[in-house]
Amino acid sequence: MIRTADLSLLPRWSRRFGRRPMLAAGIAILTGFVVMALAAGLIAPHDPIYQDAAARLQPPSLAHPFGTDNFGRDVFSRVIWGARIDLQIAIIGVIFPFLIGTVVGTVAGFFGGWVDALFMRIIDVVLAFPFLVLMLSIITILGPGLSSFYIAMALVGWVSYARLIRAQILVLKTQDFAVAAASLGFSRLRIMFGHLLPNALAGSLVFIMSDAVLVLLNGAAISYLGLGVQPPVAEWGVMVAEAQGFITQAWWITLFPGLAIVALAFGFSLTGDALADLMGIRE
Amino acid sequence: MHRYRFVLFRPLQFLPVLFGISVITFVLVRLIPGDPARILLGTRATPAAIANIRAQYGLDDPIWVQYLYFIKNLLAGEMGRSTLYKIDVLRLIGTRIEPTLALVGMGVLLALIIALPCAALSARRQGRIADHAVRLASTAGIGFPSFWLGAMLILLFSVRLGWLPVSGYGQGFADKLVHLVLPGLTIALSLSAVLTRSLRAGMIAGLQSDIATAARARGLPESAVFWHHVVPNALLPTVNLLAVNIGWLIGGTVVVESVFALPGLGQLMVRGIFTRDYMVVQGVALTFACATVLINFLADIVTVALDPRVEL
Repeated sequence: MIRTADLSLLPRWSRRFGRRPMLAAGIAILTGFVVMALAAGLIAPHDPIYQDAAARLQPPSLAHPFGTDNFGRDVFSRVIWGARIDLQIAIIGVIFPFLIGTVVGTVAGFFGGWVDALFMRIIDVVLAFPFLVLMLSIITILGPGLSSFYIAMALVGWVSYARLIRAQILVLKTQDFAVAAASLGFSRLRIMFGHLLPNALAGSLVFIMSDAVLVLLNGAAISYLGLGVQPPVAEWGVMVAEAQGFITQAWWITLFPGLAIVALAFGFSLTGDALADLMGIRE
Repeated sequence: MHRYRFVLFRPLQFLPVLFGISVITFVLVRLIPGDPARILLGTRATPAAIANIRAQYGLDDPIWVQYLYFIKNLLAGEMGRSTLYKIDVLRLIGTRIEPTLALVGMGVLLALIIALPCAALSARRQGRIADHAVRLASTAGIGFPSFWLGAMLILLFSVRLGWLPVSGYGQGFADKLVHLVLPGLTIALSLSAVLTRSLRAGMIAGLQSDIATAARARGLPESAVFWHHVVPNALLPTVNLLAVNIGWLIGGTVVVESVFALPGLGQLMVRGIFTRDYMVVQGVALTFACATVLINFLADIVTVALDPRVEL
């Protein structure tokens, strides 16, 4: 059961913020990664793709805190530069599905009838495919690469947002403020996007956070499989894939990029859970 | 038996979904740039074989007629031939289905073994340290990438301790089982994070329910109340939760099979993408989609069978 959150509670939320260690921790982690991504050139001690044949497979040390990989590249610097790509994956991979899903959900919920029925059937079909399988099928046509991943993500990911927003619009459109707006003669577009949608969005804010975790894991997994980000770009999934052949000799190449994914995902999860608590939304 | 009437009628509701699935898989292969006959047969096909495939798939007819040919071939069990393995895609899928099913089974089993005690501990000591630890672990566990978790388990159990094989599937039942432990555990650790959350919520609700109060009033000790009355009711929604997450679970097997070189459907699909074996990719995608629909149907039947209160 999805409850619509009341945006007028915003001041009260911010007062509660100080008493929410989970939310503070989540936002701190996310901020940390954003800073890391923006200032990668300043923080990283080495060039992420510079190969040093003399320093291959070296264990963690002061010069290389996370060790070096099989090409002698500094793993610490690669993990830092990886934040750029993986944050980008999580953000862009969420934005397009969110935009498409929001528009579809609003239109379907508002108009109902055959428009709604048509979109719901399309959503049923998309959901019948395992998420990753449909994404891989689309990437098969488009060819491997990050842009293919974003296109596939947009084509597949919108369904959850559409369902979420539609459910809220269905409830909202019968409420007094919506009826009042209609009786004032406002256009349908204005009612849909000016009156109904803003009230429906709060719930998807929480969903965006848990979706970001899934998108990040999917993007990294597809890159791990060799179908997303291509080497030598420093991306955490690619790094784990490249490291697997050396797992018996050099554990550090595999360990650190994975920990980075776990930490970023944890930041999104904490923030999402705390927001859900704050807004009184329960799964 | 009227409660099971939906078993007869529900499949009719699947028809639009199955139609949609067939359209998507058909369109996916047709969208690949290039001559469809070459895509179906590979680049080194003989002119005679190309003429043959043009007739079989109606490639000179309009696109909707081609779709009808596609359906006709599908109904005859004809999914095309693998250009890499040189055998029928349907037969190829048949030989690869066992490791995937075994992996899903192993993953679900281990996930329950992990999630049940964790959720019980958490629910019975709500608000205490153990509860916070379990909740934190399940929040973090959702964000563990399976490909990395698999690699870490290999590092610990295969490389360091030498207890379990690094990869592969093995021969014979016991050997296969040994090879499935680490891949299964990889899936189970992620899945148990989801299961623990749902089980914990169910158990907490159950502990406060009238059923539990009635059991306590009859003088049952708290542990009997919990294990005989609360847990069975909390387990029921798990069937549904597993069905809802089956798509995610299948996606997990695709990645995990690649990590552990398990010769299952997921690995077949990924290899198919790299070798441009399009009929294999199409066949596996179709199989996975139909399996998802089927498993959701089976979950409905199981739910009705387990819980006499449910009417569908």
